[in-house]
Amino acid sequence: MSWREALPVLIVLSSLIPGLIIFTLPEERQRLRTALNLGGALVKLSLVAVLFPFVYLGQSFVFRLPLLPGMDLVLHADALSLLFIVLSAFLWLVTTLYAIGYLEGSPHRSRFFGFFSLCVSSTTGIALAGDLISFVIFYEMLTISTYPLVVHRGTPEALRAGRIYLAYTLSGGILLLVGTAWLRVIAGDLAFVATGILSALDPSLHPSLMVIFLLLILGLGVKAALVPLHGWLPLAMVAPAPVSALLHAVAVVKAGAFGIMRVVYDVYGIEFAASLGLLQPLALIAAMTVIYGSVRTLFQDDLKRRLAYSTVSQVSYIALGIDVAGPLATIGGLVHLVHQGMMKITLFFCAGNLAETLGIHKISEMNGVGRRLPWTMAAFTIGALGMIGLPPLAGFISKWYLVLGGLEAEQNWVIVVLMLSTLLNAAYFLPIIYRIWFGAPPQSWPRDRVRADGRETSLLLLLPPLATGLLVIMLGLLAAAPFSPLQWVQIITIREYIP
Amino acid sequence: MSVPLIYTAAGIFLFLLGTYGLVAYAHLLRKILAANIMGSGVFMAFIAVAGRTPGAPDPVPHAMVLTGIVVTVAFTSVALALAVRIARTSSRVHLSGRDEEQ
Amino acid sequence: MDAVLLTHPWSVWTIIVPLAAAVLAFLVPRRAPLAGIITALSVALFVAATAYRIFLAGPHTQMLGGWQAPLGITLRADGPALIMLLTSGLVGLTVSLYATGYFTAADRQQRYFWPLWLLLWAACNALFLSGDLFNLYVTLELVTLSSIALAALNGSPAALDGAMRYLLAGLLGSLSYLLGVALIYGAYGTVDLTLLGQTVRADGLSRAALALMTAGLLLKTALFPLHFWLPPAHASAPPPVSALLSGLVVKAPLLILFRLWFEVFPDTATAGMAHLLGILGCGAIIWGSLMALRQQRLKLLVAYSTVAQIGYFFLLFPLARGEAAATAWVGVFLLVLAHGCSKASMFLVCGTITRLAGHDRLAGLAGAGGTLGARLLVFALAAVTLVGMPPSSGFIAKWLLINAAIVAGQWWYLATIALGTLLASGYVLRVLSLAFTESQSPPLPVAPRILRWPPLALSVVAVLLGLAAFHPAVLTLAGAPVSGIILLEMVP
Repeated sequence: MSWREALPVLIVLSSLIPGLIIFTLPEERQRLRTALNLGGALVKLSLVAVLFPFVYLGQSFVFRLPLLPGMDLVLHADALSLLFIVLSAFLWLVTTLYAIGYLEGSPHRSRFFGFFSLCVSSTTGIALAGDLISFVIFYEMLTISTYPLVVHRGTPEALRAGRIYLAYTLSGGILLLVGTAWLRVIAGDLAFVATGILSALDPSLHPSLMVIFLLLILGLGVKAALVPLHGWLPLAMVAPAPVSALLHAVAVVKAGAFGIMRVVYDVYGIEFAASLGLLQPLALIAAMTVIYGSVRTLFQDDLKRRLAYSTVSQVSYIALGIDVAGPLATIGGLVHLVHQGMMKITLFFCAGNLAETLGIHKISEMNGVGRRLPWTMAAFTIGALGMIGLPPLAGFISKWYLVLGGLEAEQNWVIVVLMLSTLLNAAYFLPIIYRIWFGAPPQSWPRDRVRADGRETSLLLLLPPLATGLLVIMLGLLAAAPFSPLQWVQIITIREYIP
Repeated sequence: MSVPLIYTAAGIFLFLLGTYGLVAYAHLLRKILAANIMGSGVFMAFIAVAGRTPGAPDPVPHAMVLTGIVVTVAFTSVALALAVRIARTSSRVHLSGRDEEQ
Repeated sequence: MDAVLLTHPWSVWTIIVPLAAAVLAFLVPRRAPLAGIITALSVALFVAATAYRIFLAGPHTQMLGGWQAPLGITLRADGPALIMLLTSGLVGLTVSLYATGYFTAADRQQRYFWPLWLLLWAACNALFLSGDLFNLYVTLELVTLSSIALAALNGSPAALDGAMRYLLAGLLGSLSYLLGVALIYGAYGTVDLTLLGQTVRADGLSRAALALMTAGLLLKTALFPLHFWLPPAHASAPPPVSALLSGLVVKAPLLILFRLWFEVFPDTATAGMAHLLGILGCGAIIWGSLMALRQQRLKLLVAYSTVAQIGYFFLLFPLARGEAAATAWVGVFLLVLAHGCSKASMFLVCGTITRLAGHDRLAGLAGAGGTLGARLLVFALAAVTLVGMPPSSGFIAKWLLINAAIVAGQWWYLATIALGTLLASGYVLRVLSLAFTESQSPPLPVAPRILRWPPLALSVVAVLLGLAAFHPAVLTLAGAPVSGIILLEMVP
């Protein structure tokens, strides 16, 4: 096996092996567990860094494991996988740090970090999957490895959320599996190739291809939380904050969105999909989800639920960008994968800090909390303003390209949707920001953990949101710099549109 | 109607009779007896098969029947032993509960 | 070296060694566990050698004592037999290891467990290798007899009752099968599978014989609605025995059915008959899963899950008619292997849990973090294969079945497979969620290693087999009655 074959495998194993070892560790081996977690995360990040220049130059890294005659497990690295894998590798490191701080002293940490690593390994596999079948394999592995994280607390509420989560995702998974099998029967090899592989098929198969597209999107839409398949997401909020952060920013929701990208761009091909008339309905569903999610968000008093509905809405920006079918909209949609992840993880970290440090779970309890947790709340404010799309933050870049894409594709309704959504974003985030900074703080917080060293909360809880918050600014300010996500997405877009 | 065919038909009749007994009766001993009648029916069919060609009878079915008898004896003894144990431990001579299924 | 490997009849030893060990274990009970372990290891080795020989030199036959059929006994080592032997080797090794820890020397059960189990093992392996109808009958009876004795091992009223049901159902089934054999012998003068395959005519008599034999074997396989005897027998036996019954024994009549339908009577069986079996299979999947969802005891839940999983095997009959034959064939045989490993592991975990908690009522098994929680997670790992989640061997098998259903255009079966997967997840989730529920009772002691590691290892093997399914899949078709491309494409 050459190192070119080995590298994608090593990237997956860099989190899988530490995860498996962590399962066997007794609860009290905290230092070894931390070392394994951080070691794995750093190794993964460095391996991805090695990959980066080669993929930029258009070189391929492919690993194949024959599963059956005519079916391989394929791992490969292309520009699109790199976009997702850099995001997940980086956010895994940050979230691991946060989770170590967050779960300090709580029970079942070996189990937690074991499944946490499995979850990241599956996400990495999703990013690196080289064909649709391999993608499905990792996609389903993600389903089973996130369940234990969702129900981690073991309360009846958590177990109920876990049940509903599995009911949704497994049903979706079956549809995806059937769609994939059907597609394999009529199209053979399902390798992900820029500009797609299906356009050469006989026109008599086009009706089947349309049904298969529906099956695939239904399967992927569950995780991407497209309305009406989003029901599990707000309930999954019972999970510990680091899990919610990871679920919303990288792992589950993004896996769905990433899958839609793969199916539209690299299986069907954007132009072929558009010619079958598949994208317009999907764009409408995405637009509906954007609006519906935003409206529902307005009425949530529970902070994490508000963030969850906001995810429903924001992730559909990605689907919207894909389905408007034009290079500029594609750039907007793809770059939002990264930008939304960075902003949403910041917000969840901050929500976790509020719950952990002050016992605050509701927005109505957040009056004046900016004075008690200034740094955390500064990060929160940046994340929220980014979500609204305030220039020069990251969210602005995504929305800007989506608007340009709508104009380019002469689909002006997209602009209306985006404007409406932005208004709603402002309507549900600005009041929180106002409360934080200008509300009168109560006599006492629900549960205040004052620290001896005078810091607002522990460093492990504070640094991750500050780092991601800073990145939200940087991603916007330096969007034009070389190798920024925006630049990278432009490379991908060129590869997807020019055969 | 040739002689082997009569024997075959009689064997099948015994088989059906035994099946009925096995299903219909609740008493374990009756069930076991019924199963033995079924077995006899099958063996009769085998013997009839041995005589299907003119001349000396085919030895192979005889060998098979001998083996079959051994198997049936083994089954019967295990069944009787179980029935005795059931009768001792729970003082019943039939299966618990939903007998109609048998 | 290779000459010996490629010419020696390794498979015969998988019968002789357990048979000899059974006698030894009966005569010298004190040394029985040792004999069992040595047998288990050597059977595993012989199965590997058989696999190697079939891999390199193809399927082969062996005449015992040099006697020709019909008087002599011919053993055939082909691909389907090999998958069965692999299942038997893996399940047998694991259960033997577990049993050394489960039964103690002071335990009366140990006195009988080893001879009976080793006899059962020899009979199973002999059945898998048999090449004629009558031999299959004799070996099947040996399997059933030793299984019944094992099922009654702990002597509890429930176990005796279950064993008696098992016995009566088994007797009815085997006599029905034997009558079919008599009819076949009367018509064709042979019981050799290969010879029959060449001479059988598709007439009424053949059909009647096939129907009789099939009905008998359905009863023995416990296909819905003839499954009534299985849950009580499997659930009331000691856990190592349940593991063997569910993981191994139900597959014995199944293999005979496959051989009959595809080797002897490929043209006699009508599409209607095949679909009848397929529909019964669907019924089993749905009914068994629904019953498993309702059970209050862990072992009964697992037993009903066996009823459901048996249904999947019967999808072979309708799906293997036509182009998708090879796909369905390989899929079902991989499923046999996957189910054998996962189900055996699940029953063994049940045993450990029952030892720890003193009962197996689901309501009282909550145990996050503790030793119970860890066992429940192993159960869940085994269930990953059972449900058919990737990357397990169960997934590969299910993937092939889905492909076969699509190629054959049988959407009805596709829907059942999908529904069955969801229902299976449902009943597994009932158990899995207990692993995350905080326990109210005081912490339990940790189970001994020998009760923890074998089921874990078997679950891991079952999952990893999914990544190593390539060669087993190809070998399944060696000497099989169906052939073709495993993953067919249908580009118009």
